[in-house]
Amino acid sequence: MSKIHVTTTVNGEPAEFLCEAQESLLDVLRDQLKLTGSKEGCGSGDCGACSITLDGRLVCSCLVLGVEAEGKTIGTVEGIANGDTLHPVQVKFLEHAALQCGFCTPGLLVATKALLDANPNPTETEARFWLAGNLCRCTGYDKIIRAVMDAAAEMRGEHA
Amino acid sequence: MNFVANKSDLKVVGTRPVRPDGIDKVTGKALFGADLTMAGTLVGKVVRSPHAHARIVSIDTSKAAALPGVKAIITTADFPEISSEVAAAGDGAVNFRHMAHNVMARDKVLYEGHAVAAVAAMSSAIADAAAALIEITYEVLPFVIDVEAAMADGAPILHDDLVPSGMANPGKPTNIAKRVEFKLGDAEAGLAEADVVVEGRYETTAVHQGYIEPHAVIASVNPDGQTQIFASSQGQFMIRQYVSKILNMDIANIRVTPAEIGGGFGGKTLVYLEPLAVALSRKAGKPVKMVMTRDEVFRASGPTSGGVMTVKIGAKKDGTITGATIDIALQAGAFPGSPVAPACMCAFACYDLKNVRASGYDVVSNRSKIAAYRAPGAPISAFGVESAMDELATKLGMDAIALREKNAAKAGTKAAYGPVFPEIGFEQVLAAAKSHPHWTAPLGKNQGRGLATGFWFNIGGDSSASVFINEDGTVSVVSGSPDIGGSRASMAMMAAEVLGVPYEKVRPIVGDTAQIGITGMTGGSRVTFATGMATVQAAEKVVDELKKRAAMIWDISPDAVDWKDGEAVPAGANAGGFDPMPLAAIAAKAGKTGGPIGTEVSINAQGAGAGFGAHICDVEVDPETGFVKVLRYTAVQDVGRAIHPSYVEGQIQGGAVQGIGWALNEEYLYDKKGRMDNSGFLDYRVPVASDLPMIEAVLVEVPNKRHPFGVRGVGEVPIVPPLAAVANAVKAATGVRMMSLPMSPPKILAAMDKA
Ligand code: FES
Ligand code: FES
Repeated sequence: MSKIHVTTTVNGEPAEFLCEAQESLLDVLRDQLKLTGSKEGCGSGDCGACSITLDGRLVCSCLVLGVEAEGKTIGTVEGIANGDTLHPVQVKFLEHAALQCGFCTPGLLVATKALLDANPNPTETEARFWLAGNLCRCTGYDKIIRAVMDAAAEMRGEHA
Repeated sequence: MNFVANKSDLKVVGTRPVRPDGIDKVTGKALFGADLTMAGTLVGKVVRSPHAHARIVSIDTSKAAALPGVKAIITTADFPEISSEVAAAGDGAVNFRHMAHNVMARDKVLYEGHAVAAVAAMSSAIADAAAALIEITYEVLPFVIDVEAAMADGAPILHDDLVPSGMANPGKPTNIAKRVEFKLGDAEAGLAEADVVVEGRYETTAVHQGYIEPHAVIASVNPDGQTQIFASSQGQFMIRQYVSKILNMDIANIRVTPAEIGGGFGGKTLVYLEPLAVALSRKAGKPVKMVMTRDEVFRASGPTSGGVMTVKIGAKKDGTITGATIDIALQAGAFPGSPVAPACMCAFACYDLKNVRASGYDVVSNRSKIAAYRAPGAPISAFGVESAMDELATKLGMDAIALREKNAAKAGTKAAYGPVFPEIGFEQVLAAAKSHPHWTAPLGKNQGRGLATGFWFNIGGDSSASVFINEDGTVSVVSGSPDIGGSRASMAMMAAEVLGVPYEKVRPIVGDTAQIGITGMTGGSRVTFATGMATVQAAEKVVDELKKRAAMIWDISPDAVDWKDGEAVPAGANAGGFDPMPLAAIAAKAGKTGGPIGTEVSINAQGAGAGFGAHICDVEVDPETGFVKVLRYTAVQDVGRAIHPSYVEGQIQGGAVQGIGWALNEEYLYDKKGRMDNSGFLDYRVPVASDLPMIEAVLVEVPNKRHPFGVRGVGEVPIVPPLAAVANAVKAATGVRMMSLPMSPPKILAAMDKA
């Protein structure tokens, strides 16, 4: 079976890869582009560990085919920080101890950033429902929600 | 080091610094089990049984082997038969014969998902194709799933040679592996003295640990037998020992590097893929990587037991409990080893009882073999006991906390399982719950409040840690304990505290099996206590050495040197008028004063302090649908002393939410053929963010004086109370006592209709 050539932008940089027709974008990111920050917790769209943005939209990369990325812009956890400056959501996750094992963290950070890009001033309930597709088995979500709300406040300039 | 009685003497312990591995984890750099690769790595896949119980008649691998790109196929024929003698040489409860047969089915498959063969190939697609070409002929056998059915006469028998321990040999094949009993006084006589007796039959279902990271391993075997394993687990030394036993290899030939672990909760305390990956790699001559799918995680890795129990508690009118019993039967899965003993030991451990009996059966059935899950067994028995306590309080017309205070275990209480408690914090926990505003906050319509308590022993055991001073005065710490929830931070904090240097100057790692001494698994809430103690002792030895070096430089006696805030200082006026010498200055001169400074300590830590908790839960139950919404949750716990309070709170919050999931949503469902019906996160529903309120963790600190900083384990206790706390809240909201988990909407509706 011949492979398909795909041209995309990943975290702001041009990227090309060859993939099988049935290969998921998550597998492409992890195996071909060596971006192993996105995790596979289920492979069926139920855990959110593989969350990325595709043309700005939050998606489960395990449910997207590699070939669907043609001409699109991909954002992963590896692209959240600006060089060596962490994004406020990363800083707040660390300050609030919003991770224990850290396996859900990449997906949660991508999802949180997408939330705050879309809604800079979410209520706690809005944050909880937005993140309902990202499972965390370690934290009980308390510190995650605190980190998200604090990051939102920080990004609105309320800590200045 | 002596116990530091005064919290104000501590500079680093009790603060909340950012964890050392934090940036790796928020930038995607942290390497978990499935993130590692080696050149030329093959993909390994497992062929699993579609039947709940069947005899393996034949396995034909010839077609699969002929497929281009297939490099190795293994079946039970590739594993040595393990004699019962070797099995008995195992570590405590580990039966290596059973473990080997669980990893790869021998003559029979004992549950759907049981591994029958494995293949390594050039790609995932080829491995899948090869797996489909392996022809296995089964003789399908009758199966049994539920624990009471498995105990009944005429039940299908899993192991013809199973002889139960702890009871009379029934003289015929049985699925009962063991009976345990713990008692104090005369429980029946105590019950007879009671003014009020409550009795109930309670039931819980098997639930999975639900770590988000599936099991993953990469193994590489060289022709000389030297083997590298990278895997996500709760113990690199555990993997080394188990692989060596199952495959009959020299331990020195196996080096296991712990990958970052994406959650375990007890479920990664044994091996599944590791021996298969090693056997495949040995055969193929190339590295082999294996990663479970979520479906495999549910079907083939261990959940914890479901079980049934009868609880009886009798009390005088004033609330004094005169007698109590619990009789429990737990599913072990396909091989013996349910947590029935700790379930019985913990059942009444919160209470100071003179007459008590706890007994239970360990029962095999055609389910995947159970694995440890956070405070193994304790939440199950606590569901029954704490529900019964609630019923008793109602019958006596007593407040739920007052009844528990009346009977609370305290220093000097003898527990039914043997020990007399030293200083414990249960009374302080109850007092904190009682005075918390949550306990008296108003409730609305269809709302109710429940309280339940919980106990876990906490454990110590084998731990190793090393502390080395670098040339510039910074510090490296290596421990043998995989870090699941921030333990690297607490190791660095404890070392920094002893050395008197800033936390940021201490960098901790988790060592591989060749870099650090043997260390037991991360589990039982032991790491901060036991590995922490090893770290503290290593740091103290280093301080002694630093003092010696300063003495040498000053040319005075080492006894004349004190260590204060990271500096050597003369012990008194007689020692001489030297300026303090900072650690970095001593480190810089190490080459001239005797060489590098550092040491390793390996200990068997004793004196773990038992932990107690009390949870308060508010729910609202929709009378139309039976849906339960958790409105407010407060978890109070004696944590000894919190090294890093944020991670202590995190343990409590996470454990409480796992317990809420157990109470309300989670269960293993089987179809008519004994196959799991809900092996994905869509149908096996763990709590999500929108299901929950904030979880308030209240830390009570009654220090464990056998640890220099007063540490008690904290990870297990928080999963013990929630099952009954939620059930008691549902009772308060609806008037209905839910006797079986999970309390799903249809079950609650049915119970409300009946009432
Ligand atoms: S791996 Fe994509 S949602 Fe779970
Ligand atoms: S921190 Fe472990 S799953 Fe979220």
